[in-house]
Amino acid sequence: MEYVSHDGLRIDGRRPTEMRQLRAQIGNVSKADGSAVFEMGNTKVIAAVYGPREVQNKSQQISDHALVRCEYSMANFSTGDRMRKPKGDRRSTEISLVIRQTMEACILTHLMPRSQIDIFVQVLQADGGTRSACINAATLALADAGIPMRDIVTSCSAGYLNSTPLLDLNYTEDSAGGPDVTVGILPKLDQVTLLQMDAKLPVDIFENVMQLAIEGCKAIENYIREVLLENTKQLEYRRGL
Amino acid sequence: MDSRLANSWRLTVNEKNFIKTALQSEIRIDGRKPYEYRKISIKFGRDDGSSEVQLGQTRVMGIVTTQLVQPYRDRPNEGTLSIFTEFSPMADPSFEPGRPGESAVELGRIVDRGLRESRAIDTESLCVLAGKLVWAIRIDLHILDNGGNLVDASNIAALSALLTFRRPECSLGGEDGQQVIVHPPEVKEPLPLTVHHLPIAITFGFFNDESISVIDPTHNEEAVMSGRMTATVNANGDICAIQKAGGEGVTQRVIMQCLQLAIAKATGITKQIKEAVEVYNTERSLRKIKRHPTSVGTIVQGGQTQTSGKEGVSESPGNHIERLKQLSGETCTSQSSEERKTTSTDGNAKNLIRGPTTWDPYSKGVGPELLKTSLASQGTSMPNEKQDLRNEKKPGEAEVEGHHPEDANPGSSAINESLTGLQTKKERTLEDAVKPKSKRKKKASSKTGAS
Repeated sequence: MEYVSHDGLRIDGRRPTEMRQLRAQIGNVSKADGSAVFEMGNTKVIAAVYGPREVQNKSQQISDHALVRCEYSMANFSTGDRMRKPKGDRRSTEISLVIRQTMEACILTHLMPRSQIDIFVQVLQADGGTRSACINAATLALADAGIPMRDIVTSCSAGYLNSTPLLDLNYTEDSAGGPDVTVGILPKLDQVTLLQMDAKLPVDIFENVMQLAIEGCKAIENYIREVLLENTKQLEYRRGL
Repeated sequence: MDSRLANSWRLTVNEKNFIKTALQSEIRIDGRKPYEYRKISIKFGRDDGSSEVQLGQTRVMGIVTTQLVQPYRDRPNEGTLSIFTEFSPMADPSFEPGRPGESAVELGRIVDRGLRESRAIDTESLCVLAGKLVWAIRIDLHILDNGGNLVDASNIAALSALLTFRRPECSLGGEDGQQVIVHPPEVKEPLPLTVHHLPIAITFGFFNDESISVIDPTHNEEAVMSGRMTATVNANGDICAIQKAGGEGVTQRVIMQCLQLAIAKATGITKQIKEAVEVYNTERSLRKIKRHPTSVGTIVQGGQTQTSGKEGVSESPGNHIERLKQLSGETCTSQSSEERKTTSTDGNAKNLIRGPTTWDPYSKGVGPELLKTSLASQGTSMPNEKQDLRNEKKPGEAEVEGHHPEDANPGSSAINESLTGLQTKKERTLEDAVKPKSKRKKKASSKTGAS
C-alpha cells in the first residue's frame, strides 16, 4: 500500500513533515486540581491531576519526595471495535508506567515529600499517537494544577514508510508495520526523556527519524506555551488584574 | 509495592553515595569498567526449547512451547508469538506472587517488541491451514535470581530457547485433505524455527550526573541510577527496538553513542549465543544416535565399509542431522524408530555418509546394511542377518583402516550424493531383498580376497 504518493502527499493529505492539527483546553474537569483535553488530529485525550495530596496508602509513603501515580486507560468507544478490557491489560500497564516515569523526571518531587500526585489519563478517541497525546495532556494538566516542574514535557511520534520519514503517524500509518518512534523531550533543557521504538531500522535512518520527532516535539512545545499563556491571561482577567 | 522503590530502600544512603562517587572515577563496585558486560553463560535443558542464562548473578530460564490455535482474524496466515514472564518471589524480596507487576509487564513487552516487530521469527512459516490452524509459539520467562539487568538476560534466554526449539512436523491428511496430523517426534524429526536475525537487548543506566552511563547495571546500581535505556539491536547494525521509559533526560548525542556501543556489544553476544546453540545441537544429534555400549567394538554389518570402532570419530554434526532426517523422511512410519535404533547402534549413520566416493557397490557388499534396513522396514527377521554379518566382521574390519583416511575428506562434501545414492541403492535392494543368500556369501568371499 502506498503511504506517500509520488507527489509527496500522505493518506490524509499531509506532507511528510507536517503534523496534525493541535487543539488543547484547560480546566475541563472542575473537581480535579488540574485537567486538560489535548487533541492531535482525531486523537483526543483527557487528563486529570490530583495533588499534591496526602498519601492514601501509608505504606507507600516516601519520606523525601512525592509519590507519582499514573493510570492510563482507553475508553471502550475510543477505537473502531468496542474494546472490552480498557484497563489492566499489558499495553495499558506499560503505557501507565511510561507516562509516570516521564512525568516523574520533570516534576520537582523533592519539594513535596510524603505526598502523592495522581495523573489519570483517558483516551476518548484513538487514531494513532495516543501515548504522545497523553503526555502532552498530562503536562498541561500538571501546569494547570500548579505543580512545580523542571520543564514541560512534550512528545511526538514519527515513522518511516516508503523510504520517507513521516511525522505524527495516524492509526493507518502506525499499523502499516513500519517503525514507530515516540520521543518525549524536555525542550528547554534539550534532553530526551522518553524514547520508544519498535520494528527494525538501520542506525543512520533512525537518527533522522528521531531528529524529525524532536522537531515535532518542539513545535508542540510552542503550542503548549501559547495555550498556557492564554489560560493565565484569562485567569488574570477573571480575577480583575 | 513498587519493586523499584523497594530496591532503593534496601540500600543505605552511604552505599548509594559510594556507588555514585566511584562512578565518577569510572570504577564500578564489582570491578568492571563502565562499558563492560558481565560474563554470560548459556545452558540448555534436556528438552528442546529450554534454556537457562546466567548473567553475572542474574539467572533467567526460558522455555518455548507450541500449540495449534486459530489465527487472528486480521492475520490469517501467520502464526502467533506470545511472551509470558514470571517474576518468581524467590528471585527478589520485592517480587510478589500472583499477577505480574509493572516491571514484569514492561520486561515482557520489551522482549516481545524486539522479536515480533523486527520480524526475527518467521511467523508465516508457522501457518498450517490458512485461516484455520496456525502454530502459536509461547515463550515463558522465569526469573530465578535478580542480580540486575533482567531485560538483557531474559532476552538472551528467549533467543537461546527459540533457537533450540523444535516444533512437531504436521501434514495434511484425512479424507478431505483438511485434517491436520501432528507427527510425534519419534515418527518425524521435529523442525527448528526460522529465525532471521537475533535481536539482542543491551541496557544502559544513566546517573544524575548526565555524563555517566554504564552498561549492564547490577541491582545495586539499578537502585541508584535515575534513568535506563534498553536498545535491542542485531549484529547487522539494525535497531530493532528502543525502550527509554522516562527517567533522567539525556541528550541526543548520548543516545546515539549508546546505540553505537550497543551494536558493538551485540556482535559479541550474538556469537556467543550461536556457539552455545551449536554445541547443543551437536550434543542433541549425538544423543539421537543411540549407542549400545557393548557394540562399540563389534560391528553388526561387517560387510559394510568402515564401520567398526570408528564411531569415536565424529563427522560434523550437521551430517548426522541430515542423515537422520533423511532416514526419517524416507520411512515415515512407526517402524522407522526401530530402524533407526538398529541401524545406528554403531554409528552407521556416519559411515553411510562417509561411504560415497570410494564405495564400490558391487565389490564391497552394498547389500548388508541397506538390506538390513529394508528388511527392518518390512519386518523380516533381523537376527539371522546379524549373525551372518558378524561372521563377515573380521574381513570388513581390515578394510576399515584403509578406507577411513580417504573418506574423511570427501565424506562431508559428498553427503548429498551418498544420501541420494543410498536412496537409489535402497530401492535396488528392496528388489534384491528376495535375492538368495548365496549372493551375500559371494560378496563376503570377494572381500576376503580384497583384504
